[in-house]
Amino acid sequence: MRDRMPWAFRWETALALIVVLIGVIGAAASPDFLTANNMFNLGLSNGEIAIMALPMTLIIISGEIDLSVSSILGMSSCLLGYLWERHWAMPLIFLVIALVGLAAGAVNGLLVTRLGLPSLAVTIGTLTLYAGIADILLGPTTVANFPAAYTNLGVNAVPGTGNAITYSTLIFVVLAVIFGVVLHATPAGRSIFAMGASPEAALYAGIRVKRIKTILFMVSGLVCAFAGVLYTFRLSTAVANNGVGLELDVIAIVLVGGISIFGGKGSVLGTVLGVLAFAGIQNALLLTNFNQEASGVVAGGLLLVSVFLPNTRPLWRGIAARGAAVRGTS
Amino acid sequence: MRATLTSRREHPGRGPGDSAGRSGGAALAERVFRIRETGIIVVLAVFIAVTAGVQHRFLSTSNIQFVLINTTIFALLALGETMVVVSRNVDLSVGSVLGMSAYLSASLFGGHAGLPIPVVFLAGLGIGLGWGIVNGLLVSAGRVPSLVVTLATLYIVRGIDILIVGGGMVTANTLPGAFTDIPKDTVLGIPYLAIAVALAVAVGAYYLRSFRSGRELYAIGSNPGAAVLAGIPVGRRVFTAFAISGALAGVAGVLWAAQYGTVDSTAGTSYELTVITAVVVGGVAIFGGSGSVVGAALGALLLSTINSALYVLGISSFWDQAIAGFLLIFAISIDRVIQVRLTAALRRRSARNA
Repeated sequence: MRDRMPWAFRWETALALIVVLIGVIGAAASPDFLTANNMFNLGLSNGEIAIMALPMTLIIISGEIDLSVSSILGMSSCLLGYLWERHWAMPLIFLVIALVGLAAGAVNGLLVTRLGLPSLAVTIGTLTLYAGIADILLGPTTVANFPAAYTNLGVNAVPGTGNAITYSTLIFVVLAVIFGVVLHATPAGRSIFAMGASPEAALYAGIRVKRIKTILFMVSGLVCAFAGVLYTFRLSTAVANNGVGLELDVIAIVLVGGISIFGGKGSVLGTVLGVLAFAGIQNALLLTNFNQEASGVVAGGLLLVSVFLPNTRPLWRGIAARGAAVRGTS
Repeated sequence: MRATLTSRREHPGRGPGDSAGRSGGAALAERVFRIRETGIIVVLAVFIAVTAGVQHRFLSTSNIQFVLINTTIFALLALGETMVVVSRNVDLSVGSVLGMSAYLSASLFGGHAGLPIPVVFLAGLGIGLGWGIVNGLLVSAGRVPSLVVTLATLYIVRGIDILIVGGGMVTANTLPGAFTDIPKDTVLGIPYLAIAVALAVAVGAYYLRSFRSGRELYAIGSNPGAAVLAGIPVGRRVFTAFAISGALAGVAGVLWAAQYGTVDSTAGTSYELTVITAVVVGGVAIFGGSGSVVGAALGALLLSTINSALYVLGISSFWDQAIAGFLLIFAISIDRVIQVRLTAALRRRSARNA
């Protein structure tokens, strides 16, 4: 059966079932769950995390990790506030933010690839450094006088979608398609899997491991800087602690999505399902009057289950084999 | 490259016996230079000298006491974290465990007035140990990477803490004076607490340096596969490291409650990152096998010294984080450059001798 239906044994299938289950339970528990309005709220509160999970997927598959994502988001948010307060034109601010995001990613990438430092240590460092730069930029001040034309993008629905789809959801879907195609249907994507599975083999196969990893970190920086702009417009507020701690949510989503922390395994579909599971649980708990700040219990539990279950496969196989043996002898 | 690391690990403070034929002075200089802690002490000394030169208040007794007390909690967490990191694992749950222990242990006073203080410390230790055991079991028996396990328990412990605390908090007026005085009591101007933590660090350093099971943590971190083949009980050692880290985080939680008095469900949030920064700045390699508890404690001391120096110098504390982040990147980059150079030098030397 395993040979005939390999898809049935994939983590994505199990996760899709979990997502459906969350939907069913959520709908049963609260009539508000499967409504357009709730879908809108769901997209609103998870848009940035979901967007940042996409480049993170590629980075983790390539065998690295980027803990600095939420700090890049925060730095970009503060830069937006800082420059807007100094009356810069909005398009110019966007350009500067994009460049800063790329540069922040490049610092991560170059330290990891050229100096050969572990990305875990480097990005804990830049997590603190970039959050520190955000602190320095805005200090205790809050910038909130952004023009409505921009902040409306953060809180309004995309026209013609029945008020269900936020701009951040739309952007996430578009980016997910792009990242999915790049990862699963291009030579660069294949080489990302190769370097995650075995960096040395990838190097000897002529894959430009360092260059591709640096580019991945830069893309992550750019996307996170963009997420910072979305975040700022959604809250209409630029403040130094914007986004603090989101990196853990992003990584949890990616790991729940079945991407191996050791690299070399995973899919963008998994991450998309991970986003749905993560957001669905938080949202369902909110509607059932569960203390929402404590939803970490469920998210953490889901994370544990998602990494623990694949490890029990040898156990299941052992039980199955023993069962077959018993049947054979009787 | 691996060889240099190993020899540095197995003989902390001793060079890999390659200084034959050199003058004793040069060998000594080389030896001292190679001890990673020297670097931190130099940075610390320069920092203190510059700050004290600008603002004499920095070396006042009260400020030194303040810095030492601020260091104790992080030094304690860094002690446990070092044991975990040395074995090529990481414990991200320490901040959450600290928070839960701080709340639960401090709230004991509310229900039982006149409770002996050591009982409260034991309760905190027990809570921490419990979570440490959960982490340890999942990592060693469940064979799940520690980064993922402790990321999950970071969420779970904090979530349970929030459910327990609800909207409430422990306030300082429910705590006995003897308890909140713990961080304030001094002997010869040195806080008792700093002495106690220094002793704990010394015990930890002695254990990691001289005990078989301590050395085995380094072996596991250097090469987990080889450690298994060498007959080291990898699972049990890693489990113990997590249990100790959890227990210390529990004790640190009680100290947190004593120091701040008011405990709500946010106590210790994101402490894990500060602790890991201290540990890595202190020269512990994030992928295990190298580093010392003393270095990690010095890393914690350096971070809180910088924190205080900025305050004394009148620089906005908003610079604090950026400096800590820069320091971490600087430290690991320098380590890497020295390591590469040493390897090259050793290779040249062995080529000459051959």
